[in-house]
Amino acid sequence: MTEPIRPAETAAPKSENRRTLIKCVTAAGVVTGFPYVHAQEKVVLRYLGTAVNQDKAIGDKFKADTGIEIQYIPVTTDDVTKRAVTAPNSFDLIDTEYFSLKKIIPTGNLMGIDTKRIKNADKITSLFTKGEVNGKKVGDQGTAPKKVMFLEGGKSKAFAKSPTQYMTLIPTTYNADTLGIRPDLIKRPIDSWKELLNPEFKGKASILNIPSIGIMDAAMVVEAMGIYKYPDKGNMTKKEIDLTIKTLIDAKKAGQFRSLWKDFNESVNLMASGEVVIQSMWSPAVTKVRSQGIACTYQPLKEGYRAWAAGFGLPSTLAGKKQDAAYEFINWFLDGWAGAYLNRQGYYSAVLETAQAKMEPYEWAYWMEGKPAEKDIKAPDGSVLEKAGKVRDGGSYNDRMGGIACWNAVMDENNYMVQKWNEFVAA
Amino acid sequence: MERVRRSLIEPNSLPAWVQAGPFALVFLFFFIVPLVLIVAVSFWDFNEYELLPAFTPKNYLQIFEGCSKVDDLCTTVRTYLSTLKFCGLVWLVTLVLGFAVAYFLAFHIRSSNTQTLLFIVCTIPFWTSNVIRMISWVPLLGRNGLINKGLIGAGLVDKPIEWLLFSDFSVVLALVHLYTLFMIVPIFNSMMRIDRSLLEAARDAGASGWQTLWNVVVPLSRSGILIGSIFVITIVMGDFVTIGVMGGQQIASVGKMIQVQTSYLQFPIAAANAVILLALVLMIIWALTRLVDIRREL
Repeated sequence: MTEPIRPAETAAPKSENRRTLIKCVTAAGVVTGFPYVHAQEKVVLRYLGTAVNQDKAIGDKFKADTGIEIQYIPVTTDDVTKRAVTAPNSFDLIDTEYFSLKKIIPTGNLMGIDTKRIKNADKITSLFTKGEVNGKKVGDQGTAPKKVMFLEGGKSKAFAKSPTQYMTLIPTTYNADTLGIRPDLIKRPIDSWKELLNPEFKGKASILNIPSIGIMDAAMVVEAMGIYKYPDKGNMTKKEIDLTIKTLIDAKKAGQFRSLWKDFNESVNLMASGEVVIQSMWSPAVTKVRSQGIACTYQPLKEGYRAWAAGFGLPSTLAGKKQDAAYEFINWFLDGWAGAYLNRQGYYSAVLETAQAKMEPYEWAYWMEGKPAEKDIKAPDGSVLEKAGKVRDGGSYNDRMGGIACWNAVMDENNYMVQKWNEFVAA
Repeated sequence: MERVRRSLIEPNSLPAWVQAGPFALVFLFFFIVPLVLIVAVSFWDFNEYELLPAFTPKNYLQIFEGCSKVDDLCTTVRTYLSTLKFCGLVWLVTLVLGFAVAYFLAFHIRSSNTQTLLFIVCTIPFWTSNVIRMISWVPLLGRNGLINKGLIGAGLVDKPIEWLLFSDFSVVLALVHLYTLFMIVPIFNSMMRIDRSLLEAARDAGASGWQTLWNVVVPLSRSGILIGSIFVITIVMGDFVTIGVMGGQQIASVGKMIQVQTSYLQFPIAAANAVILLALVLMIIWALTRLVDIRREL
């Protein structure tokens, strides 16, 4: 790694310049306290994921702490999966959702992450390892992380039924999604998923146009309306898909939807402009609408939440110094600073205790314990998100994550589902 | 002149081959080869995560599943009809608008500086990114947008007009706004090459303004109209971003269907769809070139 100073060259008078240069570089390495290797060969980790998780501050802080550079490759959720399957050498670290593992793992493009090399592996929340929050089992319909969390071996293509030494992904962020509403325009309490298709909001509703997530929101609505009770929303039969899509098509034909959305910013725009008053939404989108001074609630509903989780995976070809750097990044990520940063944005982090250590007690009480804010709650960039006295939508971590009804999923009948979803869009 | 032209198309002349060679190679490797691959993949099989080389018609069969019924059209036929409808509407509007603008630029603006300036004005829609441009329609056409506020303020309507945004109307509007330029340029180009003495001759022979337009200008602009039409039709047939955003994602388009399929790794079906779309567009272009012999006109 470190290039040895060859005696023949140092002895020759001609290479005087080179010798001084090498001396300087060595001296610089010593002065800054970094190992010589960092000054000599910079390690760059190519981080494939969605833009929502790729925060510049996280990359900068990591570089300042370790000297390793993170190069973000932002693409959409679907494209992350597509690249993992079709171009596994185009990244060194992948940040993907657990549900897409059903597509990626059988290709053998990801390696099992050795938990012996992850310092805080045993502190990862039980939601991932056992499917429990605070000792209580949560809904596991769909691709719940615990079903795809472990591999049988480091190079295995099969999911293990019980915990092993090898993890598929190390969780980064996760959350429980629900409907976003404009309380100022609706002017009455909303407490059920069925309100999404309530004719009262004709022409003012929206659902997201990402089939594998949209179908789950639709299933929550179908159950809430009392039309049908699915044995497993996350793995529908063809008949159940037909029924769900038919419900959506009927609503669409009746003019229920103002628009569908696919991009995070579209949902912000629809809500902020008042074109839509109730819709499927993601937590940071709600925050963004609110930061424009417009009332928007991430409404908890009695049927529960649709949860999702993302995590870091390593391509199976990753080796040597890059592999060490990737493990270093994952360890750094679980070490607290990044976790605290994400928690302040309304996400949840994988290892709660390390994040708690890096947050102020009043912040922890607001974001995690569901208590009224003691002081103004600020976003990582310093802007005020919530005035003192307010309580977070949905309350505490245990209330929110404990209220999970189902997870984002890839179904066995996925092809059929996509085909039917296209029919809904065309109807 | 005759001799020069003949020597250029002499089949065995080496310089001609050398000149055409580089571009032919680019075409071969970046157009013909990928196209052949797409056709090949459209007959492959696939599962959740890999393509399985095979020769199966099932992708095509799936696309046309249930399409034999006449009363209840299948998704594919409905999607193509909807795309064709936009294609027709946009073509008609851009043709009329583009012809009018080109006519104005070619015959009413004398100075070439002013012509250049006005051309630059025509490219303004392309100065911003696609997404920003389309998102900015919302504050204009939306329920609480400028137009609705204006109409309500003027007392012309008492509640906001809903069909201004996320409707067929808004899709056509956005497409026309974008693609009229593709009609203006070729038509303007062929108009500039019309011999002005022909117009004088028409007037001397007693033709009215409309008669000159219809019997002299339109026939002589045919090649420009055709090229512009090919541009507009091929672009609109493949467009899915504009239709998606302006239609509130609720209006299907062939391109959108293909995009959804590729993002779910259903490449063979997407390829089959692309082959069908390509065949359809080629047929339209073939029909258009039947109407005008483009090589002779140029």
